[in-house]
Amino acid sequence: MRIVQSPNDFVDSFLGAQREAAASFGINTILLEKYITKPRHIEVQVFGDKHGNIIHLYERDCSVQRRHQKIIEEAPAPNVISEFRSHLGQAAVSAAKAVGYHNAGTVEFIVDTLSGKFYFMEMNTRLQVEHPVTEMIVGQDLVEWQIRVANGEPLPLTQSQVPLSGHAFEARIYAENVPKGFLPATGVLHHYCPVPVSSTVRVDTGVEQGDIVSMHYDPMIAKLVAWGENRATALINMRDCLSKFQVAGLPTNIDFLLKLANHGAFENGEVETHFIEHFRDDLFIDPSNSESAQEAYDAAKHNAALVAACLCEKELAAVRESSPGGLSIWYAHPPFRVHHNPKRTMELEWDNEYNNSSSQSLSFSITYQPEGKYLIETGESSFRGMEVKVAHLGNHDFRVELDGIIMTVSLAVYCKDQNEHIHMWHGSQHQHFKQKLGLDLCYDEETQHKPAFETASHPPGAVVAPMAGLVVKVLAKDGTKVEEGQPIVVLEAMKMEHVVKAPTAGYVSGLQVTAGQQVSDSIVLFSVKTKTGRGRGHGQLALLFGCKCKQA
Amino acid sequence: SCRNNLNAITSIYNRRRDFCVGVLPDGVDRNSDSFASNSKVMDGLLSQLQSYINKVMAGGGPEAVKRNRSRNKLLPRERIDRLLDPGSSFLELSQLAGHELYEEPLPSGGIVTGIGSVHGRLCMFVANDPTVKGGTYYPITVKKHLRAQEIAGQCKLPCIYLVDSGGAFLPKQAEVFPDKENFGRIFYNQAVMSSEGIPQIALVLGSCTAGGAYIPAMADESVMVKGNGTIFLAGPPLVKAATGEEVSAEDLGGASVHCKTSGVSDYFAQDELHGLAIGRNIVKNLHMAGNHGMINGLQHTIPEYKEPLYDVQELRSIAPTDLKQPFDIRSVIARIVDGSEFDEFKKLYGTTLVTGFARIFGQPVGIIGNNGILFNESALKGAHFIEICTQRTIPLIFLQNITGFMVGSKSEANGIAKSGAKMVMAVSCAKVPKITVIVGGSFGAGNYAMCGRAYSPNFMFFWPNAKISVMGGAQAAGVLTQIERSNKKKAGIQWTKEEEERYKAKVVEAYDSESTAYYSTARLWDDGIIDPADTRKIVGLSLSAALNRAPESTKFGVFRM
Repeated sequence: MRIVQSPNDFVDSFLGAQREAAASFGINTILLEKYITKPRHIEVQVFGDKHGNIIHLYERDCSVQRRHQKIIEEAPAPNVISEFRSHLGQAAVSAAKAVGYHNAGTVEFIVDTLSGKFYFMEMNTRLQVEHPVTEMIVGQDLVEWQIRVANGEPLPLTQSQVPLSGHAFEARIYAENVPKGFLPATGVLHHYCPVPVSSTVRVDTGVEQGDIVSMHYDPMIAKLVAWGENRATALINMRDCLSKFQVAGLPTNIDFLLKLANHGAFENGEVETHFIEHFRDDLFIDPSNSESAQEAYDAAKHNAALVAACLCEKELAAVRESSPGGLSIWYAHPPFRVHHNPKRTMELEWDNEYNNSSSQSLSFSITYQPEGKYLIETGESSFRGMEVKVAHLGNHDFRVELDGIIMTVSLAVYCKDQNEHIHMWHGSQHQHFKQKLGLDLCYDEETQHKPAFETASHPPGAVVAPMAGLVVKVLAKDGTKVEEGQPIVVLEAMKMEHVVKAPTAGYVSGLQVTAGQQVSDSIVLFSVKTKTGRGRGHGQLALLFGCKCKQA
Repeated sequence: SCRNNLNAITSIYNRRRDFCVGVLPDGVDRNSDSFASNSKVMDGLLSQLQSYINKVMAGGGPEAVKRNRSRNKLLPRERIDRLLDPGSSFLELSQLAGHELYEEPLPSGGIVTGIGSVHGRLCMFVANDPTVKGGTYYPITVKKHLRAQEIAGQCKLPCIYLVDSGGAFLPKQAEVFPDKENFGRIFYNQAVMSSEGIPQIALVLGSCTAGGAYIPAMADESVMVKGNGTIFLAGPPLVKAATGEEVSAEDLGGASVHCKTSGVSDYFAQDELHGLAIGRNIVKNLHMAGNHGMINGLQHTIPEYKEPLYDVQELRSIAPTDLKQPFDIRSVIARIVDGSEFDEFKKLYGTTLVTGFARIFGQPVGIIGNNGILFNESALKGAHFIEICTQRTIPLIFLQNITGFMVGSKSEANGIAKSGAKMVMAVSCAKVPKITVIVGGSFGAGNYAMCGRAYSPNFMFFWPNAKISVMGGAQAAGVLTQIERSNKKKAGIQWTKEEEERYKAKVVEAYDSESTAYYSTARLWDDGIIDPADTRKIVGLSLSAALNRAPESTKFGVFRM
């Protein structure tokens, strides 16, 4: 789908859409539509049987979208009067009747929030991703219905018998890179711990810890569905579930979904398809805001101190378990030293969202004390020494006591790229830290024997693949003079095309990819230099690339 | 499976025992004056000890530490921490070696030694402190290094040398270089231990000049750190003086030269942390499982053990600060052994020596403690008990608080020297692990019979209140004054009462200062001063290290009957 804002863009967008369609569906037919500026996407679940009965199961609001794809859906639609609801339902049923439809279907409407009018968009003749929200509010199993209808049975309910009970939200949990424009992400689910299901919480997922999210499929990890007696309680339930839904190993949109769910306008049901763009300032981080940057840094440091204490406790527990029988007294808790308390330092790297280019190093001095207590200090005068008492509750959970307050902290730890990655969940906070590994500390085979240059940062001017995908088009040659923003390479992945543009004006160099080639995430595609010729660093780039390709 | 059966049988017997024969009573009167005064004096002693410890922990002072950090080097204790299994314990030895020994301070004698576990394998660490006189070897530094090697040899502990030393301290070369127990003995020990299959590992983290160069060269395996580690027999200044050749330290004896060209070193480390990581890996690859000489830690332990029934902290108040005050050693035993259970042997005979069986962290031990002067019977009882323990390979723990053997005509006529000799013979020849803790006085031949330093206990520790000398200061003054008076009389010199008192006081003063725990530990007459409250832990760790080898059978000499 492409939006054309000005006539000049029409041809490029049209051709791009054609290519995309041809690649994905084998047909390059293009549909032109009127573009409504402040629309809501409301769809009606309809169901028909082979006896001519067609009913609707109320509507869903799927307005909150990114990249033209839904991320939070809810049923029923908020801020809708019942008259409008039945009007919309009848319209959907009429549409289905008109074509003699049986089976589950969705009639999609676009609602112009300014005029209050709604327009038919399309009908999806299948059960959709977001059908669970409907199931939650009507208390029915739509798949069962499909089987019954296919078996020639009549619909189990008449229109008047369809209940409307409470409110439900669905959040789609994706492996994606939110700050990079929601680009799909790939990687290993090193830690995967969805919230427990209950009568009010449903989790639809098909992956397990250790699975790989590859570039070949849609990066959706799970659908989280939360129900409540009304919209407010359903939303509270949803937020709670999101803060406890633990995924580590690849970037996800969970923290973003949580921010979205916490937004005042969302709480008021003021949803529309441009919601995310509209509230961009609230939902995304503004790197120039020094006050909130300082706040985030302080919070990260505080959390990192808790993480440090938990890691020490975890390490002691692990060492105690694996210690050889006769030596157990050497692994007593806390470790014994003659006439002093054992001390250690720990450095944690914090991925600072306010400063994309670098991670910040947080350094702690930890003193082991009796009874599972740790004194955490930084040596900075602004950081008060924290005495943290930790008990390992088993698995990933720790009971942490600080200043008389007891809390639960969850940690996920895995090794990747010579680093130990530590994710912590604590209340509604989720933070990611890295720790450089001592050379013999990481036994993860994946991290062994990695050539050093792979972790080296890219030289200036280098343009990396924003995501893993297939090169569809190369629009320039090595040495071509290009303008800033000029398209150079077109990648395709996840049914979408991504145009990689020149970041600055200059000459293309080190361009090695060709159409039809598969590339991995973050590899250097080409670089743009201010002068022509094959300068220094070219060989290095080629090497980098060669190695990554093998891996892909 | 044989051991398992044994354990099973043991546990059945333990379960059958439905009354506790051996549980010691508390034995402490918390309301007594001595309890209060002991704890007050001990608090003072401990805070003094802590202030000394804090000083040595700071190494060679802030300037030197800063210089060390600027070279990307860690302090010796930090280096050891990085080598140890994460979160494991470290039994540091003789922290106060060199205390007030030389005109200039020499924190910890300029070298950190101790025992800890790497990949589940107990090792002896010997780490030069480059912040203290450039890590050079004073006489006490040599002594401490050799003592660490002696323990390693006795306990068959792999040795890890963290080398960062300028070699011998040249102004004191006469006390460092020529004698048997001097610098050269370090390399002799390395060779002998290596021949016995005790791994010798050197990590060259700094300079390693002249004699010091032999530490990595004599090691089975050695690691060098790029930039910081250098090995050469003569440094650049000496080379220039000798041959006129001008060469940088790195080109003369850096990691590259020795790992790539000379072969003096085996592993090239990019930086210190890398070097320490390689050190851990070397230990991981020792594969000594096939070497049945080495057994890890406590051998006949029962996995489930009880803590003592009474508060170990109270040892601080039990410790006699006035050595004339008698106290029951059982109140100490009750706070060291598992469940305070002590099965006393020959309880009613020779009552000034307390002997009996107990467990410490599940490991069976025989305990010998003093409850007064050693008489004939006590000495015979001691010899008997030691024979039993050697027969059964039960380690011995000596708790010393002894003023000596009984003197006087009756005692001599009874053959106290003969009885004492029996106990000394038994102690000397016993091949079971021996650990001595001096909890009070350690005077005269009592020190010998109770496994003093000369009897090669595997480990020996002092409480801060302990005193050691050939006899008490007052007694010595008495003896010396008598001799002096008769000498003066022979020479026809009048000795006034005042002069005599002054002479006496001088002797007493000298004895007092030379008999303190600090005087002892500074000269390495022991392996460290310990907080009484840590006694159980430290004895347990020492025991575990001493049992890192196959048991040896004991053969006694001729007992005078």
